[in-house]
Amino acid sequence: MQATRDFSHYVKDLGSGLSHIDLAVEGVSCAGCMSKIERGLSAIPDVTLARVNLTDRRVALEWKQGALDPGRFIDRLAELGYKAYPFETVRAEAVEADNSRFLLRCLGVAAFATMNVMMLSIPVWSGSAGDMMPEQRDFFHWLSALIALPAAAYAGQPFFRSAFRALRTRNVNMDVPISIGVTLALAMSVVETLRHAEHTYFDAAIMLLTFLLVGRYLDQSMRLKTRAFAGNLAALKAETATRLVGAGEISVVPVAAIQPGDIVLLRPGERCAVDGTVIEGRSEIDQSLITGETLYVTAEHGTAVYAGSLNISGALRVRVSAASEGTLLAEITRLLDNALQARSRYVQLADRASRLYAPVVHATALLTIFGWVLIGASWHDAIVTGIAVLIITCPCALGLAIPTVQTVASGAMFRAGVLLNSGDSIERLAEVDHVIFDKTGTLTLPELDVVNSASIPREVFDLAGRLALASHHPVAAAVARAANAKSPLAGIVEQPGQGVCGVVDGEEVRLGRPSFCEADELANEILSLDPEVSVVAFMRGGERHVFAVRQRLRPDAQAVVSALQARGIAVEIVSGDREPAVRAAAHTLGISEWRAGVTPADKIARIEDLKRRGVKVMMVGDGLNDAPSLAAAHVSMSPISAAHLSQATADLVFLGKPLAPVIAAIDFSRQALHLMRQNLWLAVGYNLLAVPIAISGVVTPLIAAAAMSGSSLLVMLNALRARRVAHGRS
Amino acid sequence: MEVLVILVPLALGLGLVGLLGFLWSLKSGQYDDLEGAAWRAIADDEPSHETPPD
Repeated sequence: MQATRDFSHYVKDLGSGLSHIDLAVEGVSCAGCMSKIERGLSAIPDVTLARVNLTDRRVALEWKQGALDPGRFIDRLAELGYKAYPFETVRAEAVEADNSRFLLRCLGVAAFATMNVMMLSIPVWSGSAGDMMPEQRDFFHWLSALIALPAAAYAGQPFFRSAFRALRTRNVNMDVPISIGVTLALAMSVVETLRHAEHTYFDAAIMLLTFLLVGRYLDQSMRLKTRAFAGNLAALKAETATRLVGAGEISVVPVAAIQPGDIVLLRPGERCAVDGTVIEGRSEIDQSLITGETLYVTAEHGTAVYAGSLNISGALRVRVSAASEGTLLAEITRLLDNALQARSRYVQLADRASRLYAPVVHATALLTIFGWVLIGASWHDAIVTGIAVLIITCPCALGLAIPTVQTVASGAMFRAGVLLNSGDSIERLAEVDHVIFDKTGTLTLPELDVVNSASIPREVFDLAGRLALASHHPVAAAVARAANAKSPLAGIVEQPGQGVCGVVDGEEVRLGRPSFCEADELANEILSLDPEVSVVAFMRGGERHVFAVRQRLRPDAQAVVSALQARGIAVEIVSGDREPAVRAAAHTLGISEWRAGVTPADKIARIEDLKRRGVKVMMVGDGLNDAPSLAAAHVSMSPISAAHLSQATADLVFLGKPLAPVIAAIDFSRQALHLMRQNLWLAVGYNLLAVPIAISGVVTPLIAAAAMSGSSLLVMLNALRARRVAHGRS
Repeated sequence: MEVLVILVPLALGLGLVGLLGFLWSLKSGQYDDLEGAAWRAIADDEPSHETPPD
């Protein structure tokens, strides 16, 4: 059977005879790579555009329609030393990108207006003390209004919309006082201009919007960067499925192109990329990614298989089902919905602050108005003073206090190998005092590893590794990986269900089941010591060796567990795996609390139980069976190797083999929460200073502008400290 | 002070040109790849988009 690669799913037709494709490329990091790739791809005839985006690590390609097969670009990039795969922008990312662009446009408009209004305001401020004529002042005020009003109407949209949404659901967020403050300041300024008064606040209102938009834009662009990076990782996983097109003809297509009802071929050693039912064939499958159970399950006609299952021994044909049909998936989805609802009740620090803040500020402004009226001021003067209070307390620093820290902290986490899925996870992560780990794929590495490599001669190990390259079996793959084998041997035959054999230097060599290699005795010896391992035997002439293969703990798991304990965080293992395996892992890591054989529902029950006792739980897990508990926990984290659903549910995703990002994330978020609180207090302190001045009625627009930019700068500079963690950086 | 009649519209007009320039650059995707653009500025020569004679 001849397999063809079919990327037509990703190719966009631009019209005018051109086709377009976006590729995610791994390892593009410098200008050198950029020009190398662009030259390399432009050299292909009929390519009309090859442009690298260094920020997103992507390449956009255009070529004359029908002239080229997109697979050729991927091959060409592989020759140049880059792994690439077609990329499809997911909706979430497209929405973030649009938002980001809209905010930048608002920021541009607001910044333009601020600069021009300032240009008009400074002569008024300096001139009103000297020789400026009232007519000139009025003229300048009118000009300011002309610029500020339309600019605020446009650039204020993000705040007005969000405030409106919050009010409609009878909530208060930070945008409510912002919107009220800006609107009142502008309205009062117009009235004052009409009355030929000395002070207007067009400059303060529009400057406030500019500063706040800076905060919003920073926040948004960080989120967009994380999304784009996560999107690339997903694309580079290059998940494909082998679809049966006709009798005996197969085609390798991206998973995104598979429809329910299609029949896919699942060969030994392949991970299933779809949910479906087996219609032909018999094999063992490893469902550890789905259930956490490391023992293999037999799959035959009628067995349901899920995305993430690893096929071990025989070829299977699978009919793709709609995702909702799977009983396991349906159950998990239901649990997930409930758990997510519970989490949305968490109130972010910013919203809690604004709930306290809005009533206090508005009450102060009202009291100021009535106070002035009581002591004999005119209604007009009292209202002007009241609005000055609103302007000076407008939460400029408060609005920046949290987003700036979040941006800086998430940038630091990004560099430490942690991606944030949700913005408020930093706050929740900082409060964690109990961490629950899943075992399989989280504390352990997702791939198998040879554990007794020290007891096997290097030369035998190398030979066995090269021999193992001929097999698709995951245990053989582990041997090949551990031996770092690159060049396969010639003339090796695979005997299904037994192993591989061949002749090397005139001697027969075999790798496979102990019985196949006549090494049962040796294998039983190893199995009696450690029943959890899988064994694979090697035979050369009369020589016998047995490799013990099992999931290995992440290299720094022990250090991370003790570091967590040193920070006063309780650590617990809750796994769906069997008791001996979990006990062994817990013992090695020095974790006294562990539970084995736990179902998804029981995992949630355990988390709920801890929650009721007021414990803030972080769940770290990767399997499909962990997804509901990831959602139920106060905060959750997944390795990048996790099942799709889990990754989408987790608040944070960490990259790479080490577990250290877990510690880094906790340290950074604790530091960040500390700084957020500090920033809020800075903003409050500023208000304590400024409000009495405003209430006393001596605030001029100059004082308002100076106070506002001063406090904003202070808060932004303080936020930069979130890059560094005070202690315990690795 | 009559000079204001010229200077103020001039200043506003220049500001507006700046704003339109910014909006145009945003629309033409110049902020999509800030890192790459920084490197392109100092690259020896732009890779040509035409097919070189092979």
